Amino acid sequence: MSKFLKRSAQGAGVPHEKRTAGLETVAMPLPSKIVLSMNQHIGAPASPVVAKGDQVYVGTVVGKAGGFVSADIHSGVSGTVSEISTMVGSNGATQTTVVITPDGEQKVDPSIAPPEVTDFKSFVDAIRSSGLVGLGGAGFPTAVKLSPKNLDEIDTLLINGAECEPYITSDHRCMLEDTHFILSGIKAVMKYLNIPKCIIGVEGNKPDAIAKLQSAIDVAGIEVKTLPCRYPQGAEKVLIENCTGREVPFPGLPSDVGVIVMNVTSTAFVGKYLETGMPLTTKRLTVDGDIVKEPKNVEVIIGTPIQELLDFCGGLTAQPGKVLYGGPMMGTCVASLDQPILKNNNAVLAFSEKWAHLPKKTNCIHCGRCVNACPLGLAAKDIVKAYEKGDVDQLKELNADLCMSCGTCSFVCPAKRPLAPSIALAKIMMKNGGKK
Amino acid sequence: MDNQKLIVTAAPHITSADSTQKIMQRVCLALVPTLIASVIIFGINALVLVAVTVISCVFFEWAYCKLMHREVPIGDFSAVVTGMLLAFNMPATLPWWMAIVGAFIAIVVVKQLFGGLGYNFANPAIVGRIAMAMGFAGAMSNYPHPVSEIDAFSTATPLAVAGEVGSDSYLTLLLGVHGGVLGETCAITLLIGGIFLIATKVISPTIPVTYLATVAVLSLVAGQDPIYQLLSGGLLLGAFFMATDYVTSPTTTKGKLIFGLGLGIITCAIRFLGTMAEGVSFSILLMNLTVPYIEVLTRQDRLGIAKVKKNKEGAGK
Repeated sequence: MSKFLKRSAQGAGVPHEKRTAGLETVAMPLPSKIVLSMNQHIGAPASPVVAKGDQVYVGTVVGKAGGFVSADIHSGVSGTVSEISTMVGSNGATQTTVVITPDGEQKVDPSIAPPEVTDFKSFVDAIRSSGLVGLGGAGFPTAVKLSPKNLDEIDTLLINGAECEPYITSDHRCMLEDTHFILSGIKAVMKYLNIPKCIIGVEGNKPDAIAKLQSAIDVAGIEVKTLPCRYPQGAEKVLIENCTGREVPFPGLPSDVGVIVMNVTSTAFVGKYLETGMPLTTKRLTVDGDIVKEPKNVEVIIGTPIQELLDFCGGLTAQPGKVLYGGPMMGTCVASLDQPILKNNNAVLAFSEKWAHLPKKTNCIHCGRCVNACPLGLAAKDIVKAYEKGDVDQLKELNADLCMSCGTCSFVCPAKRPLAPSIALAKIMMKNGGKK
Repeated sequence: MDNQKLIVTAAPHITSADSTQKIMQRVCLALVPTLIASVIIFGINALVLVAVTVISCVFFEWAYCKLMHREVPIGDFSAVVTGMLLAFNMPATLPWWMAIVGAFIAIVVVKQLFGGLGYNFANPAIVGRIAMAMGFAGAMSNYPHPVSEIDAFSTATPLAVAGEVGSDSYLTLLLGVHGGVLGETCAITLLIGGIFLIATKVISPTIPVTYLATVAVLSLVAGQDPIYQLLSGGLLLGAFFMATDYVTSPTTTKGKLIFGLGLGIITCAIRFLGTMAEGVSFSILLMNLTVPYIEVLTRQDRLGIAKVKKNKEGAGK
């Protein structure tokens, strides 16, 4: 009851459209080209280390990390670098790209070998050279995440298998198909970071994944926790609170409360990488949407243009209105089907124009649904009001900058007001000290 | 495909199926059992009066917005809800023109002049009722006999005579076969409507439960029969349908508890200490005015924002 009075944080009952959950992952054949963005992660962009005409192999480094918070980019094909150019990404920023034309032989780079890992340092170095970033969507370089300043205070490893977004089932398939890699990944992280406890959080709508994980656990200290099916269950702070009861301070990181959170797919990659030494060059994606002819879970080479991926899924049944990287709650729109698949993509969803059409907004009726749904306890309607007035002091008072843009407020609003985008603008206004 | 234009918007890309219109329609639906009961109790006149009030409310909303060149929002059903609630606060014998005046006050003066749906500071139906109770005191308190009733009170509601003559039995109050305004006599249908609203998540139970519990406890303290107090007067109608009006009630659970508590205290104060039988209306109006303050004082704890820090910041101001 006291928790209830503190913050109702009801979340949203988003539709459970997971029709690809039963579909085994299929590998997509080689695309005609791959376009590798040098900006597939949070932090400094990587810089290309190849030139036009260079021969590359599967696993060859084509972009070197541009700083501590950055990640290497590897080629997923063998072939020739046909172009170093630029493109405008889905975030609107111009980024450098390396375009590679495959030769069809898929020859593996001779330097690829299982990494020699003996202690914490060699483990983190190996993760760094794997190019791994948070595959749940954030794209934060994993090597950085695994080296917190207070390493000795970390007592819990949290594996995020919530997958609360509608449509997406790639993490679900990962839990079913790569169970042993998830377990070996967990064990490696626990061993080298000396973390005694691991909790795998999975939403209750994936009972098969929960059962599979539970039966695979063969050591003490790892448990699976069934989470309620309320969006945004997979949001880092929400997951930490639900699994450990700890509140991540703001501003702060999960490590401040002794927790490291990793996505299941990232964890599975760690397990696989330690065995094979093959860096991050492919990604399992859910391809779905009302106009996708054959929705699938696809193992796709990073850099594959969206158009070719959609063609592999039988093409589209109608003109696309909206195409998303990621789920319908937090995914970003792509402006063109030439955009490539990025490391942190977990779905490509294509929708008709009719689906993309959102209802018209009407007056706020103060129903309070946004307030009671917000997982962080923010008062969305008041933040938006303060934003419209340009009242930065009020925005600070309301902690508008705490918002993680999960979109729950917009989703539940019966007046169909775009609360989440307005709050995103409010955050920018706070940063700029009052200018819209 | 090269020239294909794709829609690019900010996330989220989906919204819930619920809408303002659907919520308002559910409130209307929740009021229907009580409407049927009132027609059975007070005769066809009750239905006519409800129709007149609803039509005037919708008309005023339409006419005002047309006149002001605003978008006409009558499709959202909020004027229908206001009309039904306002009519439920009138005795079945009320002349039509008075109902139309009430509708004008509720829709134009209280709602539209302040900016329309979402901007009114008080519940339009409550202010309409109070204005009419003041302006048309005689007609508004001319409570008719239930048509099928044998030993009904002629001019007073049970509350007004409570303690004087032998009060109504609980059964009479539950069925609503006693004198009173249209929509507040039948406790059973009001409870059905209220439970429907809670079950369909239109309202949270916090406000009605706190309100009713406060009245029950204070009645006990004051030596009154709590069940009688709960079932009589406009309490159930007010607690489930008027106090829970989104626009004029707090949004957080803490706020709702305080709101319900305040409603209960004011209602009991007016009922037990005052001379009027308008306790529910005035308590809702008064508490409506405190909502902006309750909202600010009862914000939820935000995840990860330390209390200590908040207090320090507050002290600095």
